[in-house]
Amino acid sequence: MKSLGEILLRNSSFEEIVIGNTAIVRAMVESGVRVVTTYPGSPTPEIASAVLSIPQKDRPFYFEYSTNEKVATEVAFGASINGHLACVFFKSVGLNVAADSFVQLGHMELLGGMVIVLGDDPGANSSQNEQDNRHYAHMTYTPLFEPATPAEAYEMFIEAASISRKRRMPVVVRMTTHVCHAKQKVLFSFWKAGKNGDISRFDPANGPYIPIAKAALDMKKKAIEKIRNFQEYAETSPSNSIDDNGNRVKGIITAGLPYLSILEILEDVSEKPDILKLGLVHPLPAQRIAGFLRGHTEVVIIEELDDLLEREIKSIAYEKGINTRIIGKTCDEDWIGEYTPDRVAPIMDRVWPEMEISVEDVPDIPLAPRPPQMCPGCGHRSAFHAIKQALSEKDITVADIGCHTLGFLPPYNMGQALLSMGHSTGTASGLSLFNDQRRVVAFLGDSTLFHAGIPGIINAIFNSHNLTLVIMENGTTAMTGHQNHPGSGANARGPVMAISIDRMLEGLGVTNIRRIDTYSQGKLTSMIEEAVAEKGFSVVIASHPCMLKFTREQRRKPGFIQKTVDIDQDKCTLARSCVAEFACPSFQRLQDGTIRVNPELCIGDASCIQTCPSKAISLKKSSGSQGEGDTE
Amino acid sequence: MKRFDIYLIGVGGQGIGLLSETILRAADHGNIPVSGVDTHGLAQRGGMVVSHVRLGSTLTTPLIRRGRADLVVALERTEAYRALYSHARSGGTLVYYDTSWQTLGARLGREEEVSNSLLERECLKRKVNLHGVRMEELEDYRMQNMVLLGKIASLSLVPYIGKEQYEEAMDDLMAGTMLEKNLEVFRKIAG
Ligand SMILES: Cc1ncc(C[n+]2csc(CCOP(=O)(O)OP(=O)(O)O)c2C)c(N)n1
Repeated sequence: MKSLGEILLRNSSFEEIVIGNTAIVRAMVESGVRVVTTYPGSPTPEIASAVLSIPQKDRPFYFEYSTNEKVATEVAFGASINGHLACVFFKSVGLNVAADSFVQLGHMELLGGMVIVLGDDPGANSSQNEQDNRHYAHMTYTPLFEPATPAEAYEMFIEAASISRKRRMPVVVRMTTHVCHAKQKVLFSFWKAGKNGDISRFDPANGPYIPIAKAALDMKKKAIEKIRNFQEYAETSPSNSIDDNGNRVKGIITAGLPYLSILEILEDVSEKPDILKLGLVHPLPAQRIAGFLRGHTEVVIIEELDDLLEREIKSIAYEKGINTRIIGKTCDEDWIGEYTPDRVAPIMDRVWPEMEISVEDVPDIPLAPRPPQMCPGCGHRSAFHAIKQALSEKDITVADIGCHTLGFLPPYNMGQALLSMGHSTGTASGLSLFNDQRRVVAFLGDSTLFHAGIPGIINAIFNSHNLTLVIMENGTTAMTGHQNHPGSGANARGPVMAISIDRMLEGLGVTNIRRIDTYSQGKLTSMIEEAVAEKGFSVVIASHPCMLKFTREQRRKPGFIQKTVDIDQDKCTLARSCVAEFACPSFQRLQDGTIRVNPELCIGDASCIQTCPSKAISLKKSSGSQGEGDTE
Repeated sequence: MKRFDIYLIGVGGQGIGLLSETILRAADHGNIPVSGVDTHGLAQRGGMVVSHVRLGSTLTTPLIRRGRADLVVALERTEAYRALYSHARSGGTLVYYDTSWQTLGARLGREEEVSNSLLERECLKRKVNLHGVRMEELEDYRMQNMVLLGKIASLSLVPYIGKEQYEEAMDDLMAGTMLEKNLEVFRKIAG
């Protein structure tokens, strides 16, 4: 078996098939990055998985899961002004959390350099929006690269790190979902472990680092100067390139993954337009763009999400008096979704019908989508099933972000509003004002509690809000792939003391804290009934380990026997609460209306047994699958 | 070399990642230029997951256009039906593992479960070659992906790739008892 950790630390040059996220880690190694921080979020968590594939003692850099993106940014910043090349990475919306500190970075002399890797998510595959983080680069005078492939992710990270170190300015590498996860053979360079020396080089004289009063404006001036000087580099950056197809009429300007969509669509087109493909999208190479515009009569801008390129390119044309026809977005739809080949084809067809681009006419699928759902045995399912019994139709439930968000789906319908990670207590507090009629219950995951949940909780205590907070504790950051958090008992480097949520809340002065294992559904129902009846802020900790993580660990143990439950068809009265109300996916409805257990899905957790009014479900010990007895 | 596009589909938790990575690496062992992309993130929790594997070119989008896949590989019956509509091309092939992980709609009695006969009828209509596979005596359902891989190898559904390349790829990705068990299942079907 190939070992990723070994591959990532090879000294010689080599080729390997990797995803974009893994390519980034080799780039970190080759660039001499010393400090890496993150908070998990799709589409970037596999960067951390690749880092963790390198045993802690061999890692050429320090790595941590920070409590949130803002802290992660600050740790990387601190390392950078101390002279170490640093990298922070997180998902699109993570930048909103980090923003308060991120916006300052351009003002600072980043002695060691600092690269920010962002995972934007056009199409909102795994996010609550599809925000276009290029806006932040403009707002903060920060250069931004946009790779289209894993190979480019690797190359552009190295270019970004070198620029950042040399110019002491932050540089962003903006990936998107299908660049992070694209697989491709990449040619990597050689690497030799350097002697880095553990020297603290921080010196206020390198600054100023305190942006107060006039200094704030002086520092802003410096940030602007830096990016203006960098403009010259942008004109010649190897990351921007032209596909010259000898077309003097039609041209396309694009960036990132949409470039590959265009190549696909043009495959059968005989007179191909020229393509200016931008890799460095901020600041734009104005001269180069002007030259490209002058060389063509019509230029189409194929730009995913917002119209930043379009506006800048139009202003370049205006400034330089270029009359080329520039065609950008023409309808609201053009702003939405990922620019896959299937999306780009009709856009190009609309502009240049004479190209006869084939636009697929694929029939509608006669099936409802299959959204994600809570896993068999999930403690959150037991919790929602129990909590639902304690509430009335008119009560209000506030969702938060995590696996438990999926409780909003039928048949649970638990969680009716969602903004962002950690919002629930604050939003629920607002919903409790001028509201004596409807009880308000908020949900919050444990990783999210540490990430952004604490200020909302303190606010509810401070301002005596009237609500019940249910902490959905499972000991891990489940949704993004089971990363440890401060309550897990281990960090990215080894075991540490777990922070106790109970003691933390007690310390804040919460007196009515109730804790229960969610599989004790009856008790949880009574606890919620009591809690919502109390005036003021109450907390119920609804706890159960993540069963996906637990089951995976069990399966690796030798001698493991998979248990499942079974339905006694003689006892079953077809009440169907197992399939329609508790709704574990293991229960399947046969054509004749009877219910069976799918042994491929059931993990034998038995949390369903208590939900059957006819007592027809029981545990059976199957001879089923055995443990593998080794690690994956 | 002619391009060959493989669209894989299944339900989060079925092991689609290992299957597509094996095919991808097998292509590489056969010196075929290859690229691809998997679903990661939210959908892995019991939602629809897909993977694209594209043989025959290097600088290309990893995303296969709708209605253009030469081969659709489905780990589950309902998802096979879905991909038949979305990605199978006329004249192409659909190979699926005959199991059903019912959708919420089917479990709540709101929509009908996709049957083998429905799948057969639609494939005929769309001129898609259909192959189903199922192994009753499989000791662990998580090796269904290897049953499918065995079927793909035995019918040579992917041009340019032979049994040896699949086994080399498996050797890259697994070790110990896991490798042994998966190889055993693969060989039983692949012959
Ligand atoms: C600002 C921000 N960072 C990261 C994410 C990605 N994300 C989605 S769910 C989640 C974890 C939730 O973990 P937890 O609160 O413990 O709930 P669980 O999934 O374990 O139930 C994260 C980090 C996000 N949506 N927003």
